[in-house]
Amino acid sequence: MRALIRKKPTASRADPAPSRWAWRVQRMMLTPGIRFALRAGVPFCITLLAGTLYLSDEGRRGAIEQAVIEARASIETRPEFMVNLMAIDGAKDELATYIRDVLPVDFPISSFDLDLDAMRATVTAVPAVKSAAIRIRPGGVLQIDVEQREAAVLWRTQDGLALIDAQGFYVAAATSRFARPDLPLIAGEEADAHVGEALELIQAAAPLGDRLRGLVRMGERRWDVVLDRDQRILLPEIEPLRALERVIALEGAQDILTRDVARIDMRLARRPTVQMTPEAAEERTAQQTAFRANNQ
Amino acid sequence: MNDLYHSQRTMRQMRKIAMQRGVVAILDVGSSKIAALVLRFDGSARLDAEGEFGSLAGQSGFRVIGAATTRSRGVRFGEITAMGETERAIRTALQAAQKMAGIRVDHVIACFAGGDPRSYGLDAQVTLEDQVVSEDDVARVLSSCDVPEYGEGREVLHAQPVNFALDHRSGLIDPRGQLGNELSVDMHMLTVDAAAVQHLAYCIKRCDLELAGIASSAYVSGIAALVEDEQELGAACIDLGGGATGVSIFMKKHMIYADSIRMGGDHITSDISLGLSVPMANAERIKTFYGGVHATGMDDREMIEIGGETGDYEHDRRTASVSELIGIMRPRVEEILEEVRARLDAAGFDHLPSQQIVLTGGGSQIPGLDGLAAKILGQQVRLGRPLRVHGLPQAATGPMFSSAVGLALFAAHPQDEWWDFDIPADRYPNRSLKRAVKWFKDNW
Repeated sequence: MRALIRKKPTASRADPAPSRWAWRVQRMMLTPGIRFALRAGVPFCITLLAGTLYLSDEGRRGAIEQAVIEARASIETRPEFMVNLMAIDGAKDELATYIRDVLPVDFPISSFDLDLDAMRATVTAVPAVKSAAIRIRPGGVLQIDVEQREAAVLWRTQDGLALIDAQGFYVAAATSRFARPDLPLIAGEEADAHVGEALELIQAAAPLGDRLRGLVRMGERRWDVVLDRDQRILLPEIEPLRALERVIALEGAQDILTRDVARIDMRLARRPTVQMTPEAAEERTAQQTAFRANNQ
Repeated sequence: MNDLYHSQRTMRQMRKIAMQRGVVAILDVGSSKIAALVLRFDGSARLDAEGEFGSLAGQSGFRVIGAATTRSRGVRFGEITAMGETERAIRTALQAAQKMAGIRVDHVIACFAGGDPRSYGLDAQVTLEDQVVSEDDVARVLSSCDVPEYGEGREVLHAQPVNFALDHRSGLIDPRGQLGNELSVDMHMLTVDAAAVQHLAYCIKRCDLELAGIASSAYVSGIAALVEDEQELGAACIDLGGGATGVSIFMKKHMIYADSIRMGGDHITSDISLGLSVPMANAERIKTFYGGVHATGMDDREMIEIGGETGDYEHDRRTASVSELIGIMRPRVEEILEEVRARLDAAGFDHLPSQQIVLTGGGSQIPGLDGLAAKILGQQVRLGRPLRVHGLPQAATGPMFSSAVGLALFAAHPQDEWWDFDIPADRYPNRSLKRAVKWFKDNW
């Protein structure tokens, strides 16, 4: 009896066993190294490849760069980050004006574009500025706190007059001695390196009053005190202050400086020497001659 | 003998590599099913820090991470008869086990039931050179065993020292470091058909796998099914497999005898198939659902559809009573058990202090088998299930998996075999450096 419904020939049930190659492939896929490569290596390579392909086009790279720049600019130019004015504290008007000239900042400017370190270096490079602190204050203010150098003495050199501070740093140029009559005058080469000593000497010479003209650094090693009437006090290298005090004591006791003396040489402490003016010397010679004549 | 040393040592080397890698596959090539387990060794030793057995009788050193079984093909009487079929079946089982484990396995430890195993008892005696037994002395006494003529075409599967004696003090497990004059050893050697081993090795090699060990199925099911005191006091494990029934006798935790009967569950099935004239698949199904060995009055009345697929309605709708089925099964089971009895008698099992008999294997699931076995084999019969091991799926805890589980235990803690000891110096070829060193040691 034939079946009326045609059935597929019942082939023997499929062999459940894997073929040799299926077996090998399965074993390969179960190898830990290959599993790791498939799990991590393949996605990494695909991402890298896709990224490289995408970025290999110049236009796309440019677009990305442009987008980044724009995004950056849009953040930087937000009003929160804008600096509108500069405030300088601790500097007098001239110095403040000068600092404003030195720092070429066009306000308003984004605080991202301000290089505070470089600006601070610029400000500190101004001679009259001892130190400076720059910060951006809330409210868009570029705050510059300046500590000025205080001129302590006038220094006369061949190039002209200069104002220097107590540490010997150059502060500014001076037009004439009378621009700062309050400051003492020093001269001579390397005098700026010993301003402290000079200031001590000037303080010690206060009893001389306005007779003091100034101090001269001689031979880059010692000081001369110059008084009016072309009088000079030659101070030693070592302990000039003591020598000066001795001279002032002599002045107090014997009015040595009010006499007709050209210079007082204190360089040898054991033997102070006084040089008379030529007129005084002549007068003395004449007197001696007269004295001798009278006695004979 | 050097050949044997060589191949077995290579397998031991493979096992060591597999242990280092931490993953090894267990393959039980049976006549009715092929079971594959994938073990992961986590390195914990058998004894824990306090020197005591840890949980699960110290078998927690490994974990089963993959298990699979497949219908066996090309295996009859526990021997491979069709290489290609068997190879494919092995691949199927291992593929599923690997997939479950999620890792590839490169080393396989296999067991098989057939190959006509024969046990030999060997002994040897040597005089010790100095009073202390060293490892070298153990190797020497082992190698001086008088190997019997086990015949052409056979290979030694196991050669395990089971007992050491030192000057009339017998029963030593580890004689190393002990004092005495004469060391003697009793060794149990199991030989199988060389072709069976070679076929199995070839099938495994065809699957791109390395054979890391090979064992007799009777032995490993004994390891799994016998509890510790049974192994110690003496017991026999009867592994009722599909195509072969394995018999192994354990004493003092060593196998002292193993044998295999070329009859098993498949024969019962074929008897049913023949007696009821039904296909083998139907017969197998009827056997597992309704099988038994004791008929009762109820069984006379209980009719079962035995089916068929001839297309003839009358033929395909036949029924048979359960007692008919039992009447077919019982003689075959009795025959198997009587054969077992004969083998046990031949081995001198009745001289053992304890005569516990443990039935395991798929065939032991026949209802009422323990009662029948008690009549034939003796009163101390119980049904054995394999030891519980870590990670074994519930489906693989039945008695038919006792040889797979036993093989896993065997893989984790192998018994010292002959080839685990160094070849004694005087067996080395001439001009060996070791021999020169020994000569120097002896003379100065």
